[in-house]
Amino acid sequence: MSLWEYANPVKFMALSGKVLPWIIGLTALTLIPGLIWGFFLTPEAENFGTSVKIIYIHVPSAMMAINIWVMMLVTSLIWLVRRHHVSALAAKGAAMVGLVMTVIALFTGAIWGEPMWGTYWAWDPRLTSFLILFLFYLGYMALWQAIENPDTAADLTAVLCIVGSVFALLSRYAVNFWNQGLHQGASLSMDKEENVSDVFYQPLLLCIAGFILLFVAVMLIRTRTEVRTRRLHALETRERMSDG
Amino acid sequence: MIALMIRDIRLSVRAGGGFGLGLAFFLIVTVLVPFGVGPESAILARIAPGILWVGALLACLLSLDRIFQLDFEDGTLDLLATAPVPMEGAVVVKAFAHWLSTGLPLTLAAPVFATLLSLESPGHYWVFLTLLIGTPALSMIGAFGAALTVGLKRGGLLLSLLVLPLYIPTLIFGAEAATRGVAGLANTTPLLMLAGITAGSVALLPFAASAAIRINLR
Repeated sequence: MSLWEYANPVKFMALSGKVLPWIIGLTALTLIPGLIWGFFLTPEAENFGTSVKIIYIHVPSAMMAINIWVMMLVTSLIWLVRRHHVSALAAKGAAMVGLVMTVIALFTGAIWGEPMWGTYWAWDPRLTSFLILFLFYLGYMALWQAIENPDTAADLTAVLCIVGSVFALLSRYAVNFWNQGLHQGASLSMDKEENVSDVFYQPLLLCIAGFILLFVAVMLIRTRTEVRTRRLHALETRERMSDG
Repeated sequence: MIALMIRDIRLSVRAGGGFGLGLAFFLIVTVLVPFGVGPESAILARIAPGILWVGALLACLLSLDRIFQLDFEDGTLDLLATAPVPMEGAVVVKAFAHWLSTGLPLTLAAPVFATLLSLESPGHYWVFLTLLIGTPALSMIGAFGAALTVGLKRGGLLLSLLVLPLYIPTLIFGAEAATRGVAGLANTTPLLMLAGITAGSVALLPFAASAAIRINLR
């Protein structure tokens, strides 16, 4: 009994089918109370006013946007090394969620930035890195869409994901360097974790847990859809073969 | 391998290839910018290194799909895959040929075009130097992108979408080094980072690119 058994699509489908309702339930149990707690039951922070409540969506989605890319990197490596189809399909299923999380983080950040910094957008290192991450997600998904043969698509996107990770990391440091070079000591970026007190921290943790569970649920659903699509495709091909 | 390089350069120069096209595109971008931002020489000189870098990058992008596409269609790539020369070597040679026919002419032309953007005399030197160091990375990264999309019918637009994010670090360090050099500031760090990106790309990306080509040839 090892983890690799679930690389078998049949076993994966059986297990994920059983686990999925529980994960969805847990997601609802963490995300809904977390957001309600965060939005309605916390005091307003000084200097921030009501706008501090955006933190409960902004921080979890930003965390997920980065971590989903890391997860895609891991599954891509597993696909290239061990050729487990579920792994490649999980990367494909996760990409869309990652893209949406990046967009949510960018938009909530812009909405938050307007009252706080007086601008929706600034070429701050963090903001810029996220925009670049968004471009990487776009390219990755476009490559999946463009190639018809599913195995070729999985291979090429995996290679892109690995090379892209290196360049994304490089961009992160390049952007840090570039911004310091232009505006000496950008004062916009805030280290949020440090000045968050417990009142805000506990609901935030709950929301982060909720976002992680939400991602796992959506990723499982999307992967199951991909597996079924693949199966349907195989059935159709077989049908056509027997006809002809 | 040398024969392959000579062949690639000949093809790019003769067969209506990207040779003149990239340069002409670069010139047009440079000419268009003053129309867009106005003719004040102070503003133009301030943004000139960045404009030249972006222009060179876009001009480089134009001819990327020629690196592998034609060879893929007429079967040359299959022959290269079975040839005694390793695929990685062939990729490096083809990227180098692309640089000789695109990156090098752009680098040589950039100081001349810089005059159009009213860049003062030490600025020419910095733009030339940074492009000389940085454009090989552009060719190599582009070769990787071209290898990824070689099997596609209309891969051109997708190629741009894939390659442009990968160009960001090179652009940042290249333009930063040039801008600082023009302003008379210390720019050793971005120059070294730029050289590092070029060296790293040439060392590592051929493996990724040839892996992608092998997948596409399967």
